[in-house]
Amino acid sequence: MTEFIIKRLLSGLVTIWFIATATFIGMHAVPGDPLANAKAMKPEIRKNLEARYGLDKPVLQQYGIFLTNMLKGDFGISFTQKNRRVNDIIREHFPVSAVLGVLALIIATVGGVVWGALTAIYRDRWPDSVIMFLVVIAVSVPSFVFAMLGQLGILGVNKWLGFSLLPVAGWGSFGHMLVPALVLGLSTMAFLTRLMRSSMLEVTNADYIRTAKAKGVSPLRIFYKHQLRNAILPVVTVLGPAIAAITTGGFVVELVFAIPGLGRYFVQAVQQLDYTVIMGTTVFYGAFLVLMVLLVDILYGFIDPRIRVGKH
Amino acid sequence: MTHNNHRMRSQQSASRRFFTAVACSLCVLLSPLSLAEALNYETRSVSFAMRQEPPDLNAMTSTDTTSGFILDHIMEGLLTYDPKGNLVGGVAERWELHDDRAIFWLREDARWSDGSAITAHDFVFAWRKVVEPATASEYAFILFPITNAQAINEGELDSSELGVRALDDRTLEVSLHQPTPYFLSLTAFRTTYPAKQSFVESKGQRYAADATDMLYNGPFTLTEWVHGASVAMEKNPYYWNRDNIWLNRIDVPYITEDANARMNLYRDHKIAVADELVSESLDGALQERMQIKTFLDGAIFFIEFNYRPDYPTRSLYLRKAIQSVFNTDDLVYKVLGNPGSYPAYTIYPRWMKGAEDLFVREHPPHKPDLNVEKAKGYLEQARQELGVDELPPLTLLADDSPNGQKTAEYLQTLLTQSLGLDIRVDVQIFKQRLAKMTAGDFDMVVSGWGPDYNDLLTYGDLFASYNLNNRGRYNSEEFDHWVSVAQSSLDTDARMQAFAKLQELMFDNVIMVPLYERGKIYVQHPRLHGVLRRAVGGDPNFNFSTIEPPADQ
Amino acid sequence: MSNTTMNLSDVKFAPDDFAPLNQAQSADLIVRPSLSYWQDAWRRLQKNRRALWSLYLIVGLLAFSYLLPLLVKFDPVGQDLTQISQAPSLGRQSLLVDTTPWEGRFAEPLAGPLGATVSGLQLVGEAHTESVKLSWQPVPGAVAYDVFRHLLEPSGPTDLGLPLGQTERVDQVYFEDRLKLQGVNYYYSVRAVDVDGNHSGYDTIEVKPRHAISITEAVKRGLVSGDDAATAIGQEVELKRHLMGTDYLGRDMLARLAYGGQTSLFIGIVAPLLFVAFGVLYGGISGYLGGRIDELMMRFADFVIALPFLLFMILFRVAMGIGPGESGIMPMLIALVVLSWPAAAKLVRGQVLQLREQPFVEAAQLMGANTNYLIWRHMLPNVMGVVLVSLTFSIPTAIFTEAFLSFIGMGVAPPTPSWGAMCNDGVKSFLSHPHELLFPALFISLTVLAFNLLGDGLRDALDAKMKG
Repeated sequence: MTEFIIKRLLSGLVTIWFIATATFIGMHAVPGDPLANAKAMKPEIRKNLEARYGLDKPVLQQYGIFLTNMLKGDFGISFTQKNRRVNDIIREHFPVSAVLGVLALIIATVGGVVWGALTAIYRDRWPDSVIMFLVVIAVSVPSFVFAMLGQLGILGVNKWLGFSLLPVAGWGSFGHMLVPALVLGLSTMAFLTRLMRSSMLEVTNADYIRTAKAKGVSPLRIFYKHQLRNAILPVVTVLGPAIAAITTGGFVVELVFAIPGLGRYFVQAVQQLDYTVIMGTTVFYGAFLVLMVLLVDILYGFIDPRIRVGKH
Repeated sequence: MTHNNHRMRSQQSASRRFFTAVACSLCVLLSPLSLAEALNYETRSVSFAMRQEPPDLNAMTSTDTTSGFILDHIMEGLLTYDPKGNLVGGVAERWELHDDRAIFWLREDARWSDGSAITAHDFVFAWRKVVEPATASEYAFILFPITNAQAINEGELDSSELGVRALDDRTLEVSLHQPTPYFLSLTAFRTTYPAKQSFVESKGQRYAADATDMLYNGPFTLTEWVHGASVAMEKNPYYWNRDNIWLNRIDVPYITEDANARMNLYRDHKIAVADELVSESLDGALQERMQIKTFLDGAIFFIEFNYRPDYPTRSLYLRKAIQSVFNTDDLVYKVLGNPGSYPAYTIYPRWMKGAEDLFVREHPPHKPDLNVEKAKGYLEQARQELGVDELPPLTLLADDSPNGQKTAEYLQTLLTQSLGLDIRVDVQIFKQRLAKMTAGDFDMVVSGWGPDYNDLLTYGDLFASYNLNNRGRYNSEEFDHWVSVAQSSLDTDARMQAFAKLQELMFDNVIMVPLYERGKIYVQHPRLHGVLRRAVGGDPNFNFSTIEPPADQ
Repeated sequence: MSNTTMNLSDVKFAPDDFAPLNQAQSADLIVRPSLSYWQDAWRRLQKNRRALWSLYLIVGLLAFSYLLPLLVKFDPVGQDLTQISQAPSLGRQSLLVDTTPWEGRFAEPLAGPLGATVSGLQLVGEAHTESVKLSWQPVPGAVAYDVFRHLLEPSGPTDLGLPLGQTERVDQVYFEDRLKLQGVNYYYSVRAVDVDGNHSGYDTIEVKPRHAISITEAVKRGLVSGDDAATAIGQEVELKRHLMGTDYLGRDMLARLAYGGQTSLFIGIVAPLLFVAFGVLYGGISGYLGGRIDELMMRFADFVIALPFLLFMILFRVAMGIGPGESGIMPMLIALVVLSWPAAAKLVRGQVLQLREQPFVEAAQLMGANTNYLIWRHMLPNVMGVVLVSLTFSIPTAIFTEAFLSFIGMGVAPPTPSWGAMCNDGVKSFLSHPHELLFPALFISLTVLAFNLLGDGLRDALDAKMKG
């Protein structure tokens, strides 16, 4: 196991280097001028600014500096937030995205498992049809529509109640997170519901279930001990990609609900050609995803009894 | 088996505990107590939503309007504006302006938020710092009327040579290298705000990075700054004019670019002013009887042309043809449909003062004679002037703001359908648009200009041949001549004549085609009064705001 | 299997031993023709009603986007400024009006303190959607007048509605409103302002403008001939029909949805085709060659998978830039292909590795089949099922990606219509003109739905061993 983790970590480092290089190349291919401002500036002032951001050096040297600083964990100063370091921006805004993402993931996983199990239990009866219909809608409607409807929904409920049950936008309390997380996790939840349903159905016909039934084990226990546990396995495998989708897919939700997450910062940084923030954010997210996929792999090793047996 | 059972039981009780905890925290967290309110008469506080995080609260380098909004609440220059927009004493209580110098006498009770007195040295330090090349302040040019400022900024002289001196702690003398009639208005601008040397130097790179890394001398102090999420300002107990400040607290609990989100926050009684709304949301606002207001933010939009050699737009007749088909009324009333915006016929905003009255009343601009047939004739002349049978496709550059995009799409169809021109729209993000403009990579641009200071000159010198913002490289000796008159004449009438002349040149030579004068739409709580909207300087301004008591009290 | 090979290695063979067997051997006849796999799959798909309907729906959407514009003359760029943001309708009658500017009404300003209230507010001429003309009695002490427009009857001085503007001249006692007028009830209010900015009381008038089109515009559009222009004023003409309404520039939504479909469906279908094709090639080669090269190639694929997808889509879009007059479809296509191929490559490689060990492939090898035959006859058809299913599921993702990027303004360049870009435009006015968001969102949803259901059907029909 340790060897496996070390090997994966090493390849992860190479992957991060690859991401960093790709970002650097992409960033420097961008036409336009990160220092441009509505008001033109004198060449002397410009030279001073270029020196401040190291843009006066040859590209290869800039790449070298970028990599060395990255190893030190330093992404430089933001171009638009002139007094802030990119590290501070990530440190302050990633937790927001992460909290939102984790909540979305919890909602999606719990929802997916529960709905999926329900559809399998009530196969071809009305709960199955209703849930699967909702799943189809959740998968087919773009997330920005849900985000907007979510906000209008809160507004409607608040108006109907006569007081603010939930805030329509902003950040700070659990109430701020609830609807955005739901919107963010919706498509993942739908996806997991489908997955759970099919894997439940598959498990239902498995030999060990039949054996358990024959032994006279109570249906509830069969469901809890065998069906659910085995059916959850495939769900765990897709958690890695799901985390990726949720953490980087938060842009729209963060924009609509005015949540100060890193995703919103990234979109703003791209729109303002904030080189350092774009590179810092991309490399950070890349590293984060590599780590998440690794964690999910390890987690899978713990959950899947077959893999655990193989370890002995 | 028993072992498993035991584990299951403990899991069950654990989950029960978990759910109880979640339920409890839900009750606490969802309670309306933790949420902001639009305004409060008792606590004298008001809430507002900003569009974006303030990028730079260091007054010496700050250039953007968002930071300006905060800075104008927490800082004050030698002079400042009263609620009616007149220049009045700020840190200075008395001043004299001469052709070659200005003297300011500072108030005895002007204090920093740490209680120390504001001295003339604080201005000397800040102004020297602004013009130093290492500071890389983009607004250093604001101080260029001061002796040696430009030479220092270009690295030729040391900043100690700057023509500004503290005669004593409370007297500041500024020497001017040429008569500068508008110098007083510059001393109300943020680039000229004071800074306390010992404090700035103790903070180093971190200066103005957070609420605790700043010293304040304005009506309010920054008490809270959660990046990207919220800002709060509270009344400054050391402010000299604190007795005339009614509000105790300005809360900015939301930062969102999304106009719909701002509208929804207002609707939900979370903010007292929802600024920069889109015209599409107004029907809803009317149905809910919100108080809608508009104001002109000083931005003028126009089609800028490329005058570099080889660009077809250097042909006067081509520009005249475009001038003769573009109807600013249609753009403003039908396409943009924004009630605050006005049709534009000149580069000067309609609220700018002339000699006695408004400039627009003293020197009404020409209105183009809209005539498609005449335009086609001009187009024929343009082809002859350029020596081509067929005009090449023209690139119309615009940025991706909603209005920029709408305007570009409208112009493309208009020019294609009425003149048969082949227009290629090039929509870019703002900084790419600027980079392309600077590189001369366009034929026409949907461009805009906002004022730096409260004088017609901030618009009038835009197309001077040496102006770096003249990105189309328009070059005319006559134009430059009138700009220099407007710059240095001390006779108001002569200056106004010069501005009128510039306006005429812009029309006759179609240096640019005015598109519209931008207005902002906002909704404001009916019980909130005295919110100042300003084209120059920080906007909006709550310094003089008051709240009416609720009706039932 | 390993036993067999080991035994075989001990045996000495002569070249003759590998001569092909007689073709007429009846053993081969038992094998079902491989074509029937597809016939069988098709039969199974036809039984799946949902998948079949999805297929029809997809064909319908394609026909809507690609055939309809050929049959009907659609104009996706033409701007109808008299019918901006109009809800779906079957055409409307419009009054022909003269829109020469109004000379206005003036009155000598009256001195004295500001009067209590404005009086005599009245409508001048007929109110129509091209302009509403108002005039009122001068108020003593007034230097200007504020004009407001409301949808409801004003309830007090802070509820006068939309501020339309302030009069410019001191002696001006009229106002002409041209701001986005609709055929609904308006309440106009006017109040006087004095030198110090104080307000007087207001006067309100109720006005309902008729839909109108200016005579010059009508002549330009050929609704009226130029000769009859003078006499036609006051008559009604039938305006162009917009079955699905118009957008913020008065462009026909139906036409834009069709042309927008061309963009969205093109990106949604072609990008997956390209990256799946590339993935098949890459994965096929990798899996077929095996060994170190396989390892290296897969390593690279892993790198690409690790790139944060949306971040790099945005980065690529900005890095490649969109020039003047370009639609931005190509950059997005390239970015999608560059970032999306590894999934298909890994899938195919896995399949190829599995297939290589399959008895029927070994049998074919033993029977002397060459590489070409193996690839075309055995590998490809067997991989095809999985590839087809993965392709079908890739399409909704690609369509969503296009919509998402266009929605945050990082997609196709205006004025190119796409469903995502139309959603972006429509979301701003959702509350007042919901059709501008609902229609494009509906088309996106239908397409995604159809491809998802078809993918499900295909997977069941082809019995491809895939999950998710």
